[in-house]
Amino acid sequence: MSSIVTLQFLVDGLLMGGLIGLGAIGVTLTYSILRFANFAHGEFIAWGAYATLAVAGVIGWMGGQHLGALGGPLGPFSVGWPILAAGLVAMVLTGLLALGLDVVLFRLLRARGNAIIMVMASFGASMALRSLLEFVFTSEPRYFSRDIQIAIPLGFGVRVTPDQMLMLGLTAALVVTVHLVMTRTTIGRSMQAVSENPELARVTGVNVEAVIRATWVAGGALACAAGIMSGITVQVRPFMGFDLLLPLFAAAILGGIGSVPGAVIGGLIVGLSEAAAVPLVGGGFRAAVAFLLLIAVLLVKPTGLFGARE
Amino acid sequence: MSLAAVLTVDRLVAGYEPGVPIVRGASLRVEAGEIVVILGPNGAGKSTLVKAVAGLVPKSAGRVRLRGIDITALPAHLMVRNGLAFVPQTDNVFTTMTVAGNLALAAAVLPKAQRADGVDAMYALFPDLAALRTLAAGRLSGGQRQMLAVARALMVKPKLLALDEPSAGLSPKLVEMVFGRLADIRKTGVSILLVEQNARAALAIGDRAYVLAGGENRHEGQAAGLWNDPVIAELYLGAGRRTGCQAS
Repeated sequence: MSSIVTLQFLVDGLLMGGLIGLGAIGVTLTYSILRFANFAHGEFIAWGAYATLAVAGVIGWMGGQHLGALGGPLGPFSVGWPILAAGLVAMVLTGLLALGLDVVLFRLLRARGNAIIMVMASFGASMALRSLLEFVFTSEPRYFSRDIQIAIPLGFGVRVTPDQMLMLGLTAALVVTVHLVMTRTTIGRSMQAVSENPELARVTGVNVEAVIRATWVAGGALACAAGIMSGITVQVRPFMGFDLLLPLFAAAILGGIGSVPGAVIGGLIVGLSEAAAVPLVGGGFRAAVAFLLLIAVLLVKPTGLFGARE
Repeated sequence: MSLAAVLTVDRLVAGYEPGVPIVRGASLRVEAGEIVVILGPNGAGKSTLVKAVAGLVPKSAGRVRLRGIDITALPAHLMVRNGLAFVPQTDNVFTTMTVAGNLALAAAVLPKAQRADGVDAMYALFPDLAALRTLAAGRLSGGQRQMLAVARALMVKPKLLALDEPSAGLSPKLVEMVFGRLADIRKTGVSILLVEQNARAALAIGDRAYVLAGGENRHEGQAAGLWNDPVIAELYLGAGRRTGCQAS
């Protein structure tokens, strides 16, 4: 086994880990603020990716020749301004999709206060949303770009494509933004407050319903970002989010439910250990490694790495 | 109803489950600058009453007025904006946030320009907290935690401060300290509604007291003489020996 194989896993693992981390932020916030495991969260990832494709298509159709050079790929990257602009629009749309799902489904069930019914409903919503994607877009995989990218050697046998560097940079920027919002702003503190103690939050003047709406929009938007990343690195398929569901929950639980930095670090641990498993023990054990790690952490620290609550 | 009444509770019925009232027609009045104590045996509905007033427990009948304004149906998060602040008995600070974070969240209901001054005013009132601002509130001692809980509530400059057993879990020395601070706070013009098990300490700082039993008013009077009142001895002190005699 050469050194090329052993260090290259870092790039793949960081990329996959960042993607899982972005999705896990939504899972951990929904779990701690609404107090149920939302199994439909993976669908926000797939819907986000398809929404980006659709909006990019509309931008291309409307812009046509007016976009000129702007329509083509940007610098060394395989995607251009239309995809990036479409991504921002799609993040808003996916946030609204998550909010809409709450209005038509979860809010009604929340009034009855039964977490199991909420989880089951999220299973149903997951299947419905996924089937709708298959119905509209078929299960044929789609691609943001079919360009072949030349990887740049970074030394120590590590090679990175420009797309991978762009996505690592964008993920880092998103994670830092979310962290600053959570720790420095009123809405972030309010989310933390509702997550820890809803009753005390209410008597402190926090509008819990507004916090719940913000949670859905933020979770949906970040899932969309994860979907775009996954779409650019691999492909866009209706099952792309569902397949990420277990790593998302592993990351959220590993990091500690309710903790945003925990979700990101949990995502990186899951991503890196999965990627490391491929050269070490073989690709077949890829998924198993993350779960062995999860079990090990939970045995030692049941609240997860950064969790405050049981 | 007196014109000076800050809070009037009129025949309030409240409970967590529909059709299972815990508070059954209780009434009380807090006048400007008063400390009013609610006493009663375990299960008398004292905590439920004050939580219902704060908007945390559903009310099925009766009226709550704050300075003459009907706040019966107001949601809990709007109570603070209307001048009613509540300090719960347990879990009354956000343990995962720093002291500064707790106060910043409380200050968020103030207009933006007043927030920094509001936080500074609380550090001036509770200098102990100023030295601990970057500490997670979960790591505060019992007395410090209670001070932070009171500071969080006072941030909105309430007309009425309602507290649910602030002495719970504190040593006698700390109870004396906390109650001393409540007496100071009253001097700044804040009326106080105090639910307490520790009757002796509460009556020492209170002006008037209501005794609740079975979710209803059982007795009321000036705080000063109440400790020696035979009704108190019967209802309140007797509750420990005759289990559940008046409890709902």
